[in-house]
Amino acid sequence: MNAGARLAVDIGGTFTDVVLEHDGGQECFKLLTTPDTPESAVLEGIETILQRSGVEAKDVALVIHGTTLATNALIERKGAHTALITTDGFRDSIEIAYEHRFEQYDLYMERPQPLIARDWRFSVPERIAADGSVLLDLDEAALRALAEKLGKTDIEAVAVCFLHSYVNPEHERRAGEILAEALPGVSITLSAEVCPEIREYDRMSTACANAYVQPMIAGYLNRLQGGLLLGGITCPLLLMMSSGGVTTVDTAVRLPIRLVESGPAGGAILAREIAKENDLRKALSFDMGGTTAKITLIDDFQPQIGRSFEVARMSRFLKGSGLPLRIPAIEMVEIGAGGGSIAAVDSMRRIHVGPESAGSVPGPACYGNGGTAATVTDADTVLGRIDPSRFAGGQVTLQPDLAAVAVKGDIGDALEVETNIAAAGVSEIVDEHMANAARVHAIENGKNMIDRSLVAFGGAAPLHAARLADKLGINTVIVPQGAGVGSAIGFLRAQISYEVVRTRYMDLREFDAGMVNDIFAAMRAEAEAVVGLGAPDEALVETRGAFMRYRGQGHEIMVPLPVKDFGPDDGEALAGWFAEAYETLFSRTIPNLGVEVLTWTLSLATERPGVSTEPQPPGDGSLKPVAQRRLFDPDSGAWVEADVYARGDMGAGAAVPGPAMIVEDETTTLVTNGFGATVNALGQIVMTRAGTSTGGE
Amino acid sequence: MGTNMDQIRYQVMWERLLAVVEEQAQTLVRTAFSTSSREAGDISAGVFDLKGKMLAQAVTGTPGHINSMARAVVHFLNAFPTEGMRDGDVYITNDPWKGTGHLHDFTVVTPTFHKGRMVALFACTSHVVDIGGVGMSPDGRQVYHEGLFVPIMPLATAGEMNQWLLNLVRANVREPVQVEGDIYALAACNETGARRLFAMMEEYDLDNLDALGDHIIEQSQTAITAAINELPQGSWDHAMRIDGFEEPIDLVARLTISNGIIHVDYTGSSGTSDFGINCPMCYTEAYTAFGVKCLVAPDIPNNAGTLDAITVSAPDNTIVNAPHPCAVVARSTIGHMLPDVIFGCLHQALPDSVPAEGTSNLWNIKLGAGHGITERTEHETTPFMLMAFHSGGAGARPKLDGLSATPYPSGVRNVPVEISEAITPIVIWRKELRKDSGGTGAQRGGLGQTMEITSREDAPFGIFASFERVLFPPRGRDGGGSGATGELRLGSGHELRNKGFQTIPARERLIIEMPGGGGYGEPKARDAEAVATDVRLGLVSAEAAARDYGVVVDEDGQIKGEATAKRRS
Repeated sequence: MNAGARLAVDIGGTFTDVVLEHDGGQECFKLLTTPDTPESAVLEGIETILQRSGVEAKDVALVIHGTTLATNALIERKGAHTALITTDGFRDSIEIAYEHRFEQYDLYMERPQPLIARDWRFSVPERIAADGSVLLDLDEAALRALAEKLGKTDIEAVAVCFLHSYVNPEHERRAGEILAEALPGVSITLSAEVCPEIREYDRMSTACANAYVQPMIAGYLNRLQGGLLLGGITCPLLLMMSSGGVTTVDTAVRLPIRLVESGPAGGAILAREIAKENDLRKALSFDMGGTTAKITLIDDFQPQIGRSFEVARMSRFLKGSGLPLRIPAIEMVEIGAGGGSIAAVDSMRRIHVGPESAGSVPGPACYGNGGTAATVTDADTVLGRIDPSRFAGGQVTLQPDLAAVAVKGDIGDALEVETNIAAAGVSEIVDEHMANAARVHAIENGKNMIDRSLVAFGGAAPLHAARLADKLGINTVIVPQGAGVGSAIGFLRAQISYEVVRTRYMDLREFDAGMVNDIFAAMRAEAEAVVGLGAPDEALVETRGAFMRYRGQGHEIMVPLPVKDFGPDDGEALAGWFAEAYETLFSRTIPNLGVEVLTWTLSLATERPGVSTEPQPPGDGSLKPVAQRRLFDPDSGAWVEADVYARGDMGAGAAVPGPAMIVEDETTTLVTNGFGATVNALGQIVMTRAGTSTGGE
Repeated sequence: MGTNMDQIRYQVMWERLLAVVEEQAQTLVRTAFSTSSREAGDISAGVFDLKGKMLAQAVTGTPGHINSMARAVVHFLNAFPTEGMRDGDVYITNDPWKGTGHLHDFTVVTPTFHKGRMVALFACTSHVVDIGGVGMSPDGRQVYHEGLFVPIMPLATAGEMNQWLLNLVRANVREPVQVEGDIYALAACNETGARRLFAMMEEYDLDNLDALGDHIIEQSQTAITAAINELPQGSWDHAMRIDGFEEPIDLVARLTISNGIIHVDYTGSSGTSDFGINCPMCYTEAYTAFGVKCLVAPDIPNNAGTLDAITVSAPDNTIVNAPHPCAVVARSTIGHMLPDVIFGCLHQALPDSVPAEGTSNLWNIKLGAGHGITERTEHETTPFMLMAFHSGGAGARPKLDGLSATPYPSGVRNVPVEISEAITPIVIWRKELRKDSGGTGAQRGGLGQTMEITSREDAPFGIFASFERVLFPPRGRDGGGSGATGELRLGSGHELRNKGFQTIPARERLIIEMPGGGGYGEPKARDAEAVATDVRLGLVSAEAAARDYGVVVDEDGQIKGEATAKRRS
């Protein structure tokens, strides 16, 4: 598999990115997404890039694919006609949710609507207790009658979610058999298969979402596979998951919900690889595009994998305003802050930035397409940080005077300050928001910002990375090559992997080694069955963890566990590992308290060595700036002259002191006063704070 | 030029200070033990200047601490002046009148020293799982019945924890380890706040917070004053009757808008109760300020600059200004109702901007069994305590239906059924929206929900009832109907009282029907299609649709045009 060419394809909302890696190097191609038949753009992009590079279809050894199709179907509510079948008395759980207002002060707040309206939510008599015992048998006659009724409708998918099915899935399984028999051709999702975890609302929400996107994803993947075969590509097709691993088409069709947010996951994987290449044990992945910024903590070369997130947040990215999905996913915080984010001044004379975005149409004022609202890109333009003629590879010629008019009108006049100060304010606030979100995200995940390095990619990130690093006390910033298609490049670095999560309560005072060993064996078998499909002969690495807490607490922390057979005395060891993790997180442990485990996790991944980037030829020492620009320096409040360098001119070892700008087609790296930039052997820009040394090496 | 950039810099530091207290609050939520703190976010966190003026406060789950904690720090400084404070000192109280309204809330204050000088105080509050006494039930007659009272005193001196106090607390509460854990968590979250503050002061090269504090308070004061001055000026009166414990309670308010201040006076409200539903003044202030702020200045952060723009008064010895030693454990019975009373006043000043009355009081399900709670049975049964947060319907809004099964003004989250069942022998057989419970109106009130509960064991269990809107429903506005009143009964039909401890006999089923919110505007003005949709979804019965809304719907959910036109004309 290592010898041949490898293709990565990322379908985004606007663009479909195709990356080809082969002996001759790496090539990228971007084309517009074709929303109605997404495979059209994919197949066209692949054909184009193969032609350009002279690689033959039969020589492609692997295709890795990530897509926003599932995410978009959930956001736009364009999934299948889906029914829910649940336990009698609980058909409203999906709507009642957490009985929560996510906006404390907003009298006009609306809660997110469930994917399935009440008249398509049904219930049958059955009941399993919290310990798995059966309180009431499944009423099969009632279920058959219901199935018959559904058979007369145009229903395309059914989600089944019974109470406590995470501990005893028997009723769900039986219901699945009956429904499959009665409703041929209808997709059926069992909650215990998608998400065998306690908390009925989260599990039900995940099962409904899976059922909702299943017919569409299955149809799409079928057509795509057919198209690839027609084009002569017979190699395996693997799908990127939200966890950062890749899986087979079969698994993707069974659990399409795991494909949600796979694009951003690819970005985090790219950052992980860069952290590895530069030996950065503590990194922060910073991906800033047109509408949002995404920040991921990467410790010991692993992004943190959580087991839940929210999709389709309807209100200002607020927690609680979306649909919870309980699936393994890379933990990241998404902030409504990108180049297109709109800035305004409130009644307290405070600048606000985002989450409203000018989008690509009309776009920031400086695009000259009729946009008049001041955006982050406008502020950056006013401050001299963007070369107007080279923005987005010269596809858009920016108009600095329009940027200045917008920033003056929306911000400068309201605050009674000069336009450049207003622009500096917008930039400061957006950077401050990202820094604060990163810090709170770290606290929520039991991490901190000490000794981190920043990996910046996405169109707007290299412009803001140095200032963000200032605010977070970070001394090293790395800007990789190909930042504009970071997600797709990340796909090529992903391992074939699968994560299994099981809820099984255990008080460590009554530690049951046999039960723990059984759980992990069962989880391993489940993961092997999936990973084996995509990587039958490869060595596999198993990682285990447990979500634990002090008895009586409501929030668990993730504690890594060793891969071994547990013995009767290991309860104490688990308590010790928990105490260690707790102390790292909250600075102190609590004496005399019992410890309990709620959930066990296991991840199985291929041991795939990263395909390292070709070393860059060293520069010849004759690096010359291509231009000079005036940059506004917010610290001194004065304009300074800065050299502008072309990234293409900078070979390995090239070094420039700040202030400077390094321009390339997709982005500009801003080297501020406090930083100097060098190009390393891998062609990456490494910004280092004056007076410090790089984290690794 | 320099001063210009200063303005931006002040804003950045203000944002940072808000992030600092957010981190402080998150630390507390993640380390807390009691369900109300960790699931419901019933905590608060803030940073204060050396005079006890609040500069920033985290937005957390319950508004009950908004002004109460803000004022608490001044009480600490009166007891322990700053001159005597040293690095490593920490102070604590659960005084309901100087803290946040009942003994279950501990407030912890930590002076922080930077480069040898005191620069700020961090304060936080959290609801502990138990404080002794009769427990979370309003059956107590005096605060002495409700548990251990800790006056303002040192929790740590020069870094050494006050072990005598911790011993005393442990000896007086039912869950000593968890309560001690919560007290440690309070102290730790203030330390987190202090560390972040120091990092900011170093980044911006600050020796003190004086100039920044002045900036924050001034900007906020200017903004809230301007917002208030834009409102109609004058006084408006409103009254609301609620169930109470031993007799109905009248909540009466006069709201006055003038000279940049909104003043609410509760003269005319009922006297104190003999049971634990009395509300100390600090908690009355908190919910009054919250209700006003939701409408007038929802986006202005809480700090000393906003605090003084909303003032509150109430005669002594009233239910909204109950003195020591009144029992106060369920002070939220009154506090949660105050925004509805204030909205009644504001509706006259600002038509079409406030919601109809809602369930407002939480319908928390507090159950228990075991020694001292339920009578002995011949076989062994599992002792347990359960505190689960649940809510009825909220009031309809001028242009939107009310939210179903959603709290307002509280901002708590519920506890999943599977979690409640995993930690107790309880089985919840039904948790569903309650048809026809939403008040009728052009905008419909939010629906309540029905819950049915049994024990898996052949044993009785008890309910610590503290429910409102069982006798007097949430009323609609501008022609909207009342929401359905709540009900509490056994499966066999026996009605239960809405307040106080009662036993559910073995093998009986407890049925709880939560109230719906009031409606807004004339029901016949409701869009007929919206009514038909409600019928199709089973939220409104076909009979109610015809009777109350004048919309006749056939079996397929289609509107019968002629019959409807006749009824609606």
